[in-house]
Amino acid sequence: MENLTRNNDLLIEDESKLNAKIQRRSFLRYAGVGAAGVGLLAVASCKKHTDDPMVSATIDVGGGDIGVLNYAYALEQLEAAFYIKVVASPYSGMSASELSAFTDIRDHEVLHREFLKAALGAAAIPALSVNFSSIDFTSKASVLAAAKGFEDTGVSAYNGVAYVMQNPAYLTLAGKIVSVEARHAAFIRDMISYGSFADSTVVDTTNALDLSRMPSQVLPIVAVYLNTSISANQLP
Amino acid sequence: MNIFSIIEELEKIDPELNERFSPRRAAIKNLSNYGSKIALAALPFALGSLFTKAYGQTAVGDVTGTLNFALKLEYLESAFYNTALATPGLIPTADLAAFQLIAAHENAHVKFLQNVLGTSAVAQTTQGTNGTYDFTAGGSLPNYFASKDYATFLIVANAFEDTGVRAYKGQAPNIIGNKVVLTAALSIHSVEARHASHVRTIRRGTTATPKSWITGANDTGFAGIAANYAGEDNTMQGGVDLTTLINPVTGAKFTSSVITEAFDEPLTFAQVLPLVSPFGVK
Repeated sequence: MENLTRNNDLLIEDESKLNAKIQRRSFLRYAGVGAAGVGLLAVASCKKHTDDPMVSATIDVGGGDIGVLNYAYALEQLEAAFYIKVVASPYSGMSASELSAFTDIRDHEVLHREFLKAALGAAAIPALSVNFSSIDFTSKASVLAAAKGFEDTGVSAYNGVAYVMQNPAYLTLAGKIVSVEARHAAFIRDMISYGSFADSTVVDTTNALDLSRMPSQVLPIVAVYLNTSISANQLP
Repeated sequence: MNIFSIIEELEKIDPELNERFSPRRAAIKNLSNYGSKIALAALPFALGSLFTKAYGQTAVGDVTGTLNFALKLEYLESAFYNTALATPGLIPTADLAAFQLIAAHENAHVKFLQNVLGTSAVAQTTQGTNGTYDFTAGGSLPNYFASKDYATFLIVANAFEDTGVRAYKGQAPNIIGNKVVLTAALSIHSVEARHASHVRTIRRGTTATPKSWITGANDTGFAGIAANYAGEDNTMQGGVDLTTLINPVTGAKFTSSVITEAFDEPLTFAQVLPLVSPFGVK
């Protein structure tokens, strides 16, 4: 993947691309010598004797365009993991057409994740550890409610953070993904309640604008589904 | 476009937009407070600098042109759905509420863009023939309103929504970095995608079988709108050939169906205009 990235000159020459990596490196270095001054990054204390100290450390997505792409990568990781589980352990009574649609959505989200990972190359944040203990995967209602939350939140997240991006190519990529998330959101909503694809809980009645949320609003929403602690201190 | 009128227009819609505006707006609003500290001759420059900082780096002319392009498309969609709702017997009862909602959204988008553009807004009467569209696109489509041909109406709705998504997406780079305008445009963009998804879901219930996402290029089952989907079958993203990526879940490469469904493609103004000009968009 790194070769692919390099060959295609993607994300090269971007000063901010190393932000996330440098911060992790800093954390690892400081953690290694047991320094006390790493509180900002090591919000959650590092477990002793763990194989991967990053599991319990806060991962900051970084700033600038790369920060936004890593933020998107984090959200896509979460969505992909969710739908992988939905398809692997279908709720009771899942119809063939529902399974087919969830398989489609799973593959879209996995591709978004894999694409962002490939595009970010060395600048990508690590794989996140997810926690879906609040979701009952045997229950259609529970799965659909969670799916609706992921999709609507994803749409609002891309809408809200896009203005931070300065590279037109990256902005366009985010645009290519967010409309697919909106298609998913409408589809899931119609499954829950036919006709709720764009109801007033997501689209305001005055201007008919979809929700937009800043990373600082999105991260607390998704935190419940993550063991890994994520921050976006360099994004709004 | 007068910079003061832009700020005024943006402020008019501030209550509806809540926190979507930059807090730095206050700096502009209170500019008069700084009057004693800024020489009169320096004012235009100071204003321009403030505007750039607060609202991004795009030239004002680009923003106006982009928003007027969006407004023209919303005029078309709005008239299309309003005509449909005014045609008894066209839309089945089961789908009436959905099209009332979609029409309300398009009408709200028109009003929103008119408010933002203020006096720079293109008048609806400049479109079509004195504001009246030809929904047969110069005879290339049957008169589905007159014949109450719901299937054809759905195909056109399908195409309008998907094309609207592509058009907004294509305009995003023109308003890059502009917190207010870009965020608003993307917030319309995703609403159009929700519409597209639902119209496709409706069509799946009839004889057609499109998914709620676009598979390959023209997956609508109607060859006449193939141009609206040109390029949707793209499999290269950001310099990455997605056909080479392995799906870790299946262990196989991602299929071209998955790849093309997972990414919607943009269209430029020059690409969209020929698609909508037969209806009367100018």
